[in-house]
Amino acid sequence: MSAESNSVDLTSSSSQYSVENPAPFIEAARARTKRTPRGGRTNFEMQAWVFMRLSGILLVVLVLGHLLIQLVLDGGVSKIGFAFVAGRWASPFWQVWDLLMLWLAMLHGANGLRTVINDYAERDNTRFWLKMVLYAATVFTVLLGTLVIFTFDPNIQ
Amino acid sequence: MSTPTLEKSSGAPEAAQSSDDHLITLTMRVRRFNPEVSDEVTWVDYELRMDPKERVLDALHKIKWEIDGTLTFRRSCAHGICGSDAMRINGRNRLACKTLLKDINPEKPITVEPIKGLTVLKDLVVDMEPFFQAYRDVMPFLITKGNEPTRERKQSAEDRERFDDTTKCILCAACTTSCPVFWNDGQYFGPAAIVNAHRFIFDSRDEAGEQRLEILNDREGVWRCRTTFNCTDACPRGIEVTKAIQEVKRALLTRRF
Ligand code: HEM
Ligand code: SF4
Ligand code: FES
Repeated sequence: MSAESNSVDLTSSSSQYSVENPAPFIEAARARTKRTPRGGRTNFEMQAWVFMRLSGILLVVLVLGHLLIQLVLDGGVSKIGFAFVAGRWASPFWQVWDLLMLWLAMLHGANGLRTVINDYAERDNTRFWLKMVLYAATVFTVLLGTLVIFTFDPNIQ
Repeated sequence: MSTPTLEKSSGAPEAAQSSDDHLITLTMRVRRFNPEVSDEVTWVDYELRMDPKERVLDALHKIKWEIDGTLTFRRSCAHGICGSDAMRINGRNRLACKTLLKDINPEKPITVEPIKGLTVLKDLVVDMEPFFQAYRDVMPFLITKGNEPTRERKQSAEDRERFDDTTKCILCAACTTSCPVFWNDGQYFGPAAIVNAHRFIFDSRDEAGEQRLEILNDREGVWRCRTTFNCTDACPRGIEVTKAIQEVKRALLTRRF
């Protein structure tokens, strides 16, 4: 029976640390304290959770339908061009389809990333700024996309 | 050797050797941290002769009692009921006292680490305070209104069955410290607190269900659960932890419980 110590000797004090002067503990990430449960009394997290599931169900239809039309049916990806897009956006049905897909996918994806940031960013500052970048990118993309869908001009020069 | 009934040892000159037959040689690889000596973590290998039908706790005892008395870990009952000795064994949260060596492939080194997501104080000992704080925050006690009855509070067998599973919790923290959300953010209530809230929310005699649900509706409450099922896999009591969390979510959505 043998105990093979690797690099650090655990029993004799060879380092700067001692009983009087111990090393810091290995801290956990953002531990709970007595004052922790003081979130705002809103239903926001519940609504976000429900939204992820409802938008997910709709996205199955919207995204899979979109991929099918764009990439598989009727000649596949080679048919896509300015004329193809112009033809489809002439119909309010496809305008609503794409608008819905844009908004749902963006909000769904943004909320998903918000969860990921909440999970992985350790410092409050990092968390805050990552989320600000995320929200800015989301608002920009949603507004730009919406603008294009509504103001699209097939006769552009 | 004081067992004369052992027939097969008759005639064998090395009686000590043959009584050793059922033992195997195995390696325990323990993650060690002693702040009084170093700020560094080390993995230390211990080679032991053990009966494979013994438990990981027995192996740790053998190390502590015969090789290195500085090895530090918690245990109390040694029979899976006090919840002291949850640890990460071969990468999974288990109770050392309920894990047989033969069940976790003793041919390879058996790794033993402290449970994750809580501050490591020394070797396998972690600071359980944040875990118990979350437990206290869900008010894990019977709350009723009005006068106390003069007789016991009655409950039908069906009503009792409703929360039977979650009464079995021994607060070992195996579930909470197996949850990846908790690893990264200790503010999350964690599965164990939700299990113990479930135990009262679904108790027909309790009258503070609404209040507990509101507490778990928090930013750090049940909605942070991502249905990973690590908690259900980790629970040494076989509690369906993820199911209990989902039932609390459903109760929050429908306000029926
Ligand atoms: C195809 C249909 C889709 C379904 C059914 C669906 C469903 C879901 C659900 C239920 C969640 C929540 C997971 C949880 O909280 O545990 C989720 C998370 C997420 N979704 Fe979707 N989704 C779909 C499409 C999309 C699309 C198109 C995007 C990108 C724009 C996206 C991005 C995300 C992200 C980033 C997360 C967070 C990941 C995480 O929680 O780990 N999803 N999805
Ligand atoms: S639910 Fe199971 S794993 Fe979690 S603390 Fe209770 S007994 Fe331990
Ligand atoms: S020592 Fe009590 S549960 Fe293992």
